[in-house]
Amino acid sequence: MSETKPYRIHGATGDWEVVIGMEVHAQVISNAKLFSGAATAFGAEPNAQVSLVDAAMPGMLPVINGECVRQAVRTGLALGAQINKWSRFDRKNYFYADLPQGYQISQFQYPVVGEGEIVLDLEGGRTKTVGIERIHLEQDAGKSIHDQSPTRSYVDLNRSGVALMEIVSKPDMRSPEEAGAYLRKLRTILRYIGTCDGNMEEGSMRADVNVSVRRPGEPFGTRCEIKNVNSVRFVMAAIEYEARRQVDILEDGGTIDQETRLFDNVKFETRSLRSKEEAHDYRYFPDPDLLPLEFDDAFIEECRASLPELPDAKKQRFIDELGLSEYNASVLTAEKETADYFEALLAEAAKKQGKSLADVARPASNWVTSDLFGALNKLGKSIEESPISPAQGAELISLIADGTLSGRLAKDVFEIMLETGKGAAEIVEERGLKQVSDTGAIEAAIAKVLADNPDSVEAYKGGKDKLFGFFVGQTMKAMGGKANPAVVNELLKKALNG
Amino acid sequence: MSATDLTELTVAEMRDGLKAKRFSAVELTQAHIRAMEQARVLNAFIVETPELALEQAKAADAAIARGEAGPLAGIPLGIKDLFCTKGVQTTAASKILEGFVPTYESTVSANLLRDGAVMLGKLNLDQFAMGSSNETSAFGNVLNPWRGKNGEHLVPGGSSGGSSSAVAARIVAAATGTDTGGSIRQPAAFTGISGIKPTYGRCSRWGIVAFASSLDQAGPMARTIQDCAILLKSMCGFDPKDSTSLDLPVPDFEKALTGDIRGLKVGIPKEYRVDGMPAEIEALWQKGMDWLKAAGAEIVDISLPHTQYALPTYYIVAPAEASSNLARYDGVRYGLRVVPENGSLIDMYEATRAAGFGREVKRRIMIGTYVLSAGYYDAYYVKAQKVRALIAQDFENAYKSCDVILTPTAPSAAFAFGAKSADPLSMYLNDVFTVPASLAGLPALSVPAGVDADGLPLGLHLIGRKLDEETVLKVGHVIEQAAQFTAKPEKWWVK
Repeated sequence: MSETKPYRIHGATGDWEVVIGMEVHAQVISNAKLFSGAATAFGAEPNAQVSLVDAAMPGMLPVINGECVRQAVRTGLALGAQINKWSRFDRKNYFYADLPQGYQISQFQYPVVGEGEIVLDLEGGRTKTVGIERIHLEQDAGKSIHDQSPTRSYVDLNRSGVALMEIVSKPDMRSPEEAGAYLRKLRTILRYIGTCDGNMEEGSMRADVNVSVRRPGEPFGTRCEIKNVNSVRFVMAAIEYEARRQVDILEDGGTIDQETRLFDNVKFETRSLRSKEEAHDYRYFPDPDLLPLEFDDAFIEECRASLPELPDAKKQRFIDELGLSEYNASVLTAEKETADYFEALLAEAAKKQGKSLADVARPASNWVTSDLFGALNKLGKSIEESPISPAQGAELISLIADGTLSGRLAKDVFEIMLETGKGAAEIVEERGLKQVSDTGAIEAAIAKVLADNPDSVEAYKGGKDKLFGFFVGQTMKAMGGKANPAVVNELLKKALNG
Repeated sequence: MSATDLTELTVAEMRDGLKAKRFSAVELTQAHIRAMEQARVLNAFIVETPELALEQAKAADAAIARGEAGPLAGIPLGIKDLFCTKGVQTTAASKILEGFVPTYESTVSANLLRDGAVMLGKLNLDQFAMGSSNETSAFGNVLNPWRGKNGEHLVPGGSSGGSSSAVAARIVAAATGTDTGGSIRQPAAFTGISGIKPTYGRCSRWGIVAFASSLDQAGPMARTIQDCAILLKSMCGFDPKDSTSLDLPVPDFEKALTGDIRGLKVGIPKEYRVDGMPAEIEALWQKGMDWLKAAGAEIVDISLPHTQYALPTYYIVAPAEASSNLARYDGVRYGLRVVPENGSLIDMYEATRAAGFGREVKRRIMIGTYVLSAGYYDAYYVKAQKVRALIAQDFENAYKSCDVILTPTAPSAAFAFGAKSADPLSMYLNDVFTVPASLAGLPALSVPAGVDADGLPLGLHLIGRKLDEETVLKVGHVIEQAAQFTAKPEKWWVK
């Protein structure tokens, strides 16, 4: 692995380093909201999933949803983080139309999860460890809708009270690439363990990005926070823009104002939302409606036991035990769905062929990463939407393994599978695509090819070795493409050289 | 039995009379509806619900006939207008909630209805339960049925002033109150009735308009300790909808009233001998000690050294929580909305809250906002929480040498309207004896024990160990028996 050059912003007066930290808001997967029994599904009619508590009716009280706590603890464990058996909910007070209580219930001083870490997979197989500062649970707000009427705003409280995990990184990232890798890796882990669906378009995952610049080796500069960036691409673009903006200011002799900024995803630039002076005084204090959140070691162990194999461990196992290449292992574990698909296909293929997983893993991984991914790419479909099930894929690669299909035939069969949804064996049977290894039939075809092309035979024998390919092609053509290429080669050599 | 006689009965007598079919629940309710109509000048009710009450009374009679009567079947009650009542306007005595009709029933009022109680209406109170004289209600002052020696009107105490007035005036058999710093006990003392604030967490807060969440606690107000015990049993109980509700069995409080307090140690805190306390209250306190000693209890001197910090602590903690709890009244979803022309969202908030909240509520929101704000939080709120812990510790220490604590309920008898409302500090001082128990979350009651020189009722105050309502009620019952408080307000409002 080669050392690559650190990311630098080249200014007029020299190079600058960017320092990045991130606060990711991840919507917790749970049936009910953090403090009420209302449902959390995305896409419901406005205000259809609002309980009396979510609407902050007089006298309503929050009651913690244990499932959300479990999910936060599982997330903490997956990030190797400190789990705090005692934590507390605070109120963050501010007025907004989509914040019915006039405060958000959050964990300010005592979060449920403390320090952990996350290993980023960077280009060229490099890795980097980024520290996690904390994870806390908090309520989401509702949604204000300003574009439905010229004079009025509407409020949809479906999201009001939905549980969020705020995952705060340390300021350990030093390039847009690392920030992108962080977000992707975090998303992968959350999806693996099923604590957040990671769907950034639907807002299930949003990032607040803290950006500052400095001369390499110098202390941290003043940071700006870019709020609510909702894609990996935008996060990277926002950092690139913001770092350059800060460098330009500093090089012009200015200073950076600590402020909150927005990313404009049309113009690809950041702009000021509010300055430090305009920052809210949230008047945090412990929520008197809730007791401190306490649980025991048994609860933590139960959470730990519920965790599936994590992506890094899976990747290592694919390399060590299945003999996959680093690249294939990486690609196949980057998304939980891909890994699930591959492992299902692998198990099926091994069973069909009566071999061990390791014995079938390499061709299976190659087929998934090249043929299947290529096809899905063309179709614009995700692996969950794959028209070919893992069992169907296993059937196809097993037909290659047992010599029924040549590589070329297999590609044809795969195309037909994609079109018709039929199984490989069925297609082979129906269309007679079975590879012919019967030497008699091939010998007859070769004899005919040689008889039809006496000039070429002469030329070949005169030393034009390259013509061998011509004979192979003619023989295959005569066999309708179904001849076993290895057998054709062997018999041709015998016929020509013999 | 005449209608007047029916309204004079205690809850226990009504219960027994209904069971023995000496009168029906409908008759009992009708008698009270009539009393309610006659006493409108007291302004104890914000909403009267006579039709609903009669329906409930009919249902109670039917249940009694079937032999399935609940423990409160047919008992006519008033519900403080801080409890959300399904289908009946609930305002917390504030303009900001005028017209608000909940779609849900508070746990405490639902418990009472479950046990067969009849609701006569929603009782007036200090706005958002903030006040000690019922002068801050947006729906007008409540008059104390007791009047001054020159016939001048007096405050009924607060914040449960509608409750105290209605119970004392025999309009309702009993009422619900809520107590954050003394709001059950002080009005009970001012009107010659009993009231108990149970241990924090005994009664669910679900559906009670919140004032200060860590202090608010519901409790009954009635004319006898036994009646308080009967009601308290129905009101209490674990509620999974309130995270601070205690998951403990509810004792049969009535059974605790044995009269036997022999060997019990009654603590007298020296710090409660405040400067300027009227001699007659001092004397009543001594009388209380004498009665208990005569009944076989032992009087012991105790010290609650942080008492002097209780009021300032309370007036930081309660407003802090209130400033946050009352943020939801923003004109967006329910209640009052005032939209200035071409106004922004912020303008709407400001106009709505300016028009909707009364002066005292605004004062407390401002105090609370201030003590929680950046730069002041540690000096006020954090410090207050520490002192609060010390006050609770004081009580724990004291209960190593005594079983219950006896003090006066309030430093004065009921006062005239306007006597203290111009000076918030003198008003706040009214809670000097009740606030410490609230901060410590302890059960405490007030029992009428005598009258002052003007013939106005005075109460004695008992503070118990956490969860020991039974001792508090038992000792209160002994005082009640000894004091033989039979004075009643003259029904000057009945023409």
